[in-house]
Amino acid sequence: MYDFNHHRPGSVAEAASALAGASDGKLLAGGMTLIATLKQRLASPSDLIDLGAIAELKGIKEDGGALVIGAMTTHATVANDATVKAKIPALAALAEGIGDAQVRNCGTIGGSIANNDPAADYPAAVVGLGATVHTDKRQIAADDFFTGMFETALDEGEIITAVSFPIPEKAGYAKFANPASRYAIVGVMAASGPAGTRVAVTGAGPSVFRIGDAEAALGSGFSADAVSGVTVGADGLNADMHASADYRAHLVSVMLRRAVESAS
Amino acid sequence: MPTVSMTVNGQAVTGEVEGRTLLVQFLREQLSLTGTHVGCDTSQCGACVVHVDGESVKSCSMLALQADGAEVTTIEGLASNGSLHPMQEAFREHHGLQCGFCTPGMVMSAVDLLKKNPNPDEGEIREWLEGNICRCTGYHNIVKAIQSAAASMRG
Repeated sequence: MYDFNHHRPGSVAEAASALAGASDGKLLAGGMTLIATLKQRLASPSDLIDLGAIAELKGIKEDGGALVIGAMTTHATVANDATVKAKIPALAALAEGIGDAQVRNCGTIGGSIANNDPAADYPAAVVGLGATVHTDKRQIAADDFFTGMFETALDEGEIITAVSFPIPEKAGYAKFANPASRYAIVGVMAASGPAGTRVAVTGAGPSVFRIGDAEAALGSGFSADAVSGVTVGADGLNADMHASADYRAHLVSVMLRRAVESAS
Repeated sequence: MPTVSMTVNGQAVTGEVEGRTLLVQFLREQLSLTGTHVGCDTSQCGACVVHVDGESVKSCSMLALQADGAEVTTIEGLASNGSLHPMQEAFREHHGLQCGFCTPGMVMSAVDLLKKNPNPDEGEIREWLEGNICRCTGYHNIVKAIQSAAASMRG
């Protein structure tokens, strides 16, 4: 790891100004991806702006039919939060399935979605539940946020502050996890509620995507039977040492049914 | 160089570090607390698990400066007045180690589990140990040790 200037601001405004003042600054959230990336010298920022001391970025609150989760809230906090468990149990279960206990104690929702790893779990929740991403500059709808592999709609210097999830009537998440890393080989979030009926898939493609056929089928009856015939093509899906594109396409149908069956 | 201050095993410590200094490097190289091990250096194996503000974390994947102002507990901080912590005692009693390399991380991880779940079943223990890799024991005696420690710590 090359050295860098370390900043530990106490507010979002201070973080934004530290980032603006750096020649090649990067934000550090939980560090579960970024620190490994720095160690491999795949990134060598001049400045690291550590968001860990900013209290306003942490915590979960219920606000007008939505759960608003601060960007620096850890996966462990989301997984164990009584409000999340009661209002969106699928989201708590998704957070509980990320990495391992120590990774969940550090990794954050904001860091995860800003990175937009194609195999990360949270993009499926953000898109599948029709969430809104709040930044220090604006609000971005889930469907506009994830733009491609490791790419998002965030501008240079823009900082995610929170994600608000409309509380669904029903939602379920199922994933086929890589047995070593617990990343999603395929993960599916299926939900119906104020954001409509939505099905979002992570892990299978370069970035999270929705399945229109499944959403239409579930719109006329939210049951596993309704989606039993839904399939996706293998074209454009990821293929690597863990799973071929054909296998991922198959897993999408299986995880879709399991997500719907588990929905509550 | 930046200065970092934290409380480690109950003692206030301060040191000069680089931005890139990892917490585990600070503990091992500057404080000479070499009980915390570095195994994989990629946050997979869990040999480096310590507690930061009461939560188990992998100290190879956290900067020392991220722990500025924090309360850190390492394996050296578990025993008190010359008596092993019940978890350490249980690992010894149940032969929950062979080469011992993963043991500090296993013990620190297990202590965090019992804080959250004082009465875990076997499945919950095995799931919790997802982030701790042991290449000797096959885990059976580690699981037994944690069950036994849980029983003795519940009284």
